[in-house]
Amino acid sequence: MSYPVDMAFVTPRAIRQDFPLLKRHPKLVYLNSAATSQKPEVVIEAVSRYYRELNASVHRGAYTLSTQASEAYEQARRTLARFIGADEQEIIFVRNTTEALNLVAYTWGLRNLGPGDEILLTEMEHHANLVPWHLVCERTGARIKAIPLGPDGRLELEHLNTLLTERVRLVSVVHVSNVLGTVNPVAQIAQAAKAVGALMVVDGAQSAPHMPLDVRALGADFYAFSGHKMLGPTGIGVLWGRYEVLETLAPFLGGGGMIREVFVDRSTYALPPQRFEAGTPAVAEAVGLAKAVEYLQSLGMDWVWQHELELASYALKRLDEELPEVRTFGPRGPDRSGVIPFVLGGIHAHDVATALDQYNVAVRAGHHCAQPLHRKLGVPATVRASFYVYTTTEDVDRFIEALKRVREFFKDWI
Amino acid sequence: MKSMSLLDELYKEIILRHYKLPRNYGSLETANVRVMGDNPSCGDQIELQVQTDGERIADLRFRGQGCAISQASASLMTDLVKGKTWEQALALEKQFKAMVVDGAAPTPELGELAALSGVHKLAARVKCATLAWNALEQAAQEARAQGKAPSKAGC
Repeated sequence: MSYPVDMAFVTPRAIRQDFPLLKRHPKLVYLNSAATSQKPEVVIEAVSRYYRELNASVHRGAYTLSTQASEAYEQARRTLARFIGADEQEIIFVRNTTEALNLVAYTWGLRNLGPGDEILLTEMEHHANLVPWHLVCERTGARIKAIPLGPDGRLELEHLNTLLTERVRLVSVVHVSNVLGTVNPVAQIAQAAKAVGALMVVDGAQSAPHMPLDVRALGADFYAFSGHKMLGPTGIGVLWGRYEVLETLAPFLGGGGMIREVFVDRSTYALPPQRFEAGTPAVAEAVGLAKAVEYLQSLGMDWVWQHELELASYALKRLDEELPEVRTFGPRGPDRSGVIPFVLGGIHAHDVATALDQYNVAVRAGHHCAQPLHRKLGVPATVRASFYVYTTTEDVDRFIEALKRVREFFKDWI
Repeated sequence: MKSMSLLDELYKEIILRHYKLPRNYGSLETANVRVMGDNPSCGDQIELQVQTDGERIADLRFRGQGCAISQASASLMTDLVKGKTWEQALALEKQFKAMVVDGAAPTPELGELAALSGVHKLAARVKCATLAWNALEQAAQEARAQGKAPSKAGC
C-alpha cells in the first residue's frame, strides 16, 4: 500500500490528493461530509478490483473463485470488527445505520416490548433513531420518553435518573449529533441503562467515521454505523451487537444464507451474524468499506479526531470574530465534532446554502432529518458545514470568505 | 468561481422584498377553504386560506415558514390570483410551472412572477417555488369537492 507512513508528513492537503473527485474539482469546498464522505482512490479501486478479479457468489459455490470471494467478504468482517474492538461474529453487514436501527427495532423491540414499557431516546436524535421506535410503539403499546436537550447543545443528564425508571426497557442514543456535533457521554448513559436492566443502543453514524472507538468499553449492546460516511461505498453499513444478545434474537429478514435447515412449512436459523444477513450480501461494498477502514487506520483515528477538533475550533473562532450576524449552535469544547450548524441573521438556510454554492462551497441546509431538535433550537432550518480528513484550513478560509460575500449580498435583508 | 449573476438573477430585489414584507400574509376570517402544503424534505410549510364564492377566489391569505423563494412565490401568487376565477387561477398555475419546471419563457399574464424564472436553473430549488402553487391546486380540489368551485368538466 502507498499510504503515508510518517504521520508528521500527513496533511489534509496531501490527503486530498488521494480523492479523485476532489482532484477533479480543485475549487470545490466540500463541507457536507456528515451527509456523505468522498471516496479515496484505494476504495474505488478495491470495489472495481473485486468485480474484475473476484466476483462470485459468496458462501454458495464449491469452486475456487467463490471461496476467494467468501474469504474477501469475511476478511472485511474481521477488519470492521478490529476497527471497533469487537469479535467478528458480532458484525452484521447491513445497508446503513437506518437499516441497522430498524433491525434492532424489529427483532429485539417487537419481541421484548409491550404496553407500559418505555423507550428512552433524546431530543437530538436523527429521524433514523426516532421513526423505527415510533413504529415499534404503534405495534407494542410501548411509550417513548426523551432526555432533554439543553441550551448549550448538550443533553440535560441531570434528568437521567428520573427518566430511567424500571419501565424503561431500551435506551437508544446518538453518540455524536449529526446537527450539533455534540459528543454524548454514551458510556455514562449505558452504565445508567444497565443499572435498570435496559438494553443500550447507540447510533454511531457520526462517531465511527471520526473518532477512536471501542464498543465494549462504551458498555453498549448495539452500535450502528454507515460505510458511506467513512470513505466507504454506499449500501453498506454495520450493526454491531453483543453476541449474548444477538443469539437470543429471532431473524429480521428471511431468505437464503440465514438458515440452518428449511422445510416447506418451517425453517431453523443460522447462528449470528449469518442469521441476520438474508440473501446475497453487498460483497463488493463490504470489501470497499474494509479498504476505507484500512485507509483511516493508516491516518490514525486519533489524528482524524484531533484534525476535526482543530478545524471546528478554528472555524468557530473566525465566525465569532468576523461574522457577528452568524449564530452557531452546539457546544463549545472538546466534546464537539467537526460539525457546525448556523443561521445567517434572518435569511433562510436554503437561501444561504444556494448562495454559498455560487462560490463552490457545498453545505447542507434544512432540518438534517432532526425536526425535534430544530423545534427545540427554535429555528425551522440551519445551514451545516461539516469536516473530514480531506478538509483543509484553506477550505475553512474559503468558506468564511464566501459567507462574508453572502452576507454582503443579503445585507439589506438580514 | 461561478459568476454572481445567477445569484443576482435568482434573488432579485422584488423577491427579497416579498420575502421580508409578504403580501396577503396571515389568516382570513371569511375563508371557507383551508389547506396545508409542505415540502417534507426541507421542512417548508404553507397554509392557504381561501374565500371562494363558487366561481372566483374572492380573497386569500397564506401563512408559513420557508425560504425566500417559497415565501416570495406565495406572496406573489396570492396577489395575482386574488379576484380571479378558479379556472383563470389554475391556468396561471400551469404557466408558472411551465416557467420554473420546464424553463418556458414567462407569459405576460404572470406579471411580477417572471422574477422567479431563474429558479429553473437550480433544480434543488424548484420545489420551493412551486410549494404555494401546489397548495393552490390542493385548495381548488378541496373547493370542488365541497361544491365551492366549478367542477373540472368544461375546463
